[in-house]
Amino acid sequence: MKQFLIFVKKEWLHIWRDRRTLFILIWMPIVQIILYGFALTNEVKNSNIAIFDQSRDEATLQISDEIAASHYFNLVKNVYSYKDIGATFRKGKIRMAIVFPKNFRYDLLHSNRAQIQLIADASDPNTANTLTNYASSIINDYQQAVNQNADLPYTINTQVRMLYNPELKGAYGFVPGVMALVLMLVCTMMTSIAIVKEKEMGTMEVILVSPLKPFRIIIAKAVPYLFVSLLNIVSILLLSVYVLGVPIVGSIWLLMAESTLFTLTSLSLGILISNSAQTQQTAMFISMMSLFLPTLLFSGFLFPIENMPWPLQVISNVVPSKWYYIIVKNIMIKGLGFESVWQETTILVGMTAALLGMSIYKFKIRLA
Amino acid sequence: MQKEKVITAKDLTKRFGDFTAVDKITFDVEKGEIFGFLGANGAGKTTAMRMLCGLLLPTSGLATVAGFDVFKQTEQIKKNIGYMSQKFSLYEDLTITENIRFYAGIYGLTDERIKEKTGLLIKQLHLQGQEKTLVRALPLGWKQKLAFSIAIVHDPAIVFLDEPTGGVDPITRREFWGLIYEASAKGITIFVTTHYMDEAEYCNRVSVMVDGRIDALDTPANLMKDYSAASMDGVFLQLARKAVRTGD
Repeated sequence: MKQFLIFVKKEWLHIWRDRRTLFILIWMPIVQIILYGFALTNEVKNSNIAIFDQSRDEATLQISDEIAASHYFNLVKNVYSYKDIGATFRKGKIRMAIVFPKNFRYDLLHSNRAQIQLIADASDPNTANTLTNYASSIINDYQQAVNQNADLPYTINTQVRMLYNPELKGAYGFVPGVMALVLMLVCTMMTSIAIVKEKEMGTMEVILVSPLKPFRIIIAKAVPYLFVSLLNIVSILLLSVYVLGVPIVGSIWLLMAESTLFTLTSLSLGILISNSAQTQQTAMFISMMSLFLPTLLFSGFLFPIENMPWPLQVISNVVPSKWYYIIVKNIMIKGLGFESVWQETTILVGMTAALLGMSIYKFKIRLA
Repeated sequence: MQKEKVITAKDLTKRFGDFTAVDKITFDVEKGEIFGFLGANGAGKTTAMRMLCGLLLPTSGLATVAGFDVFKQTEQIKKNIGYMSQKFSLYEDLTITENIRFYAGIYGLTDERIKEKTGLLIKQLHLQGQEKTLVRALPLGWKQKLAFSIAIVHDPAIVFLDEPTGGVDPITRREFWGLIYEASAKGITIFVTTHYMDEAEYCNRVSVMVDGRIDALDTPANLMKDYSAASMDGVFLQLARKAVRTGD
């Protein structure tokens, strides 16, 4: 045990001496959270729009006001012809135009039927969709206000409630994603590099000749990274609660326990990679290809897995971060308990056991 | 007078698939002896040494190191040997003291003993005042001397040196051999592989490996007489010319 601690201390010295890497390890999650939180958001806010109001009556002005007042839209221009709309779109100044036909209020009140045209720039289809939805819902609100007193027969009112994330904040989705990404990177990549480095330096041979048990060596190399990862989890959670306003609804202890489990999965994967890689570059490359991209693509954090063709959906099942992402979302965002994540937990435990088993099997006590 | 034997090997063989890296080598090493293990690149020196250190399992034959069997008792062997590899084997990003403490620590020395040994070693290598220097900043010769001293920090019965003086200038090599003699005088058996034939002459006995076999084994003086050569260089060239295998 004492020998083990001496080894852990030495490992810690390696990390501590390499200040630049340590700095990156500690700041990377913070920078990522801030980037995803403020710069790389897929929420739609302050989109520029134009209004072509051919009616200019009480109703159209009121609707225009409400649209312009909402923080989704920013009214930059009133246009006076369809030609003008086309020109403004072509200059790229607006994302959407709203057209009121002539006699809007008259039609609304007398023939019970009025039309509004929404023209959106669908070169970015998601944004176009979102914008037209927002505008429609503002118009619907107006309509309901108008109809308040008159009970119309046969109307269906949809009432939408956004569960778990009423403000539709993007942060609710990416905080769990960044946690998965950072843990994968720190644990797997750094551990595999740390082990391969000793092979490259020739110190591994000397250590293997010593009475230290080889598997203890590996575990000792992983311990400091486990601590760095836990530190990262804490900093991510603090940032998400106090800066991004994403609350931890469920049990924080369960969340920490599951994160530790995922950390162990990543560490085992790192150890397995280090078994097959002979140089630090190879270790880094394998880590990048087998972790970073799959985590981004298949964890469900950037792209919904349900929309993928089925072969990719099958592949996504072997990506550990997919399961961790589901677990974090369920606990942190939805506030669910262990009974909702036991399946995912079991899968992660199974993966860890399999990876660790393979590493022990492949790890050579003797060099060849 | 029969001296105590610390290494014995009988028909020790290692095959990798069809390739026989080490072919039935038989030899003994006596306690306190400086045993030179010569051979061209690819002759099988390193493989043989790794088997003796417990890093490789032999295919067949028998061998004991410090009285322990290389097949079954590698754990005990590891506690009783020191090893210095061909590649430089200290941690460049740790200080001199940290390196000493680490290696002494993993051999299970007590804190008190580690402290004592660290002081002794620093004094012996004239490194006073540089305890906190990163090993990276030391010249190669110093590094090698430090690596050797660390390899015997736990007072092993045998120390295995795999080409310890590669790339070091002649003066430092002499100093290095000074350290080896000191260790040998303390009763530590030295098992050393080398390319430098002048170093071979420093050894008590040398063996020359050719194509995985030991083709000659005697004192340097006897070998020079047998092969009527003026130096070990001559002996080695005559033997190495017979090699069929090419170096790696």
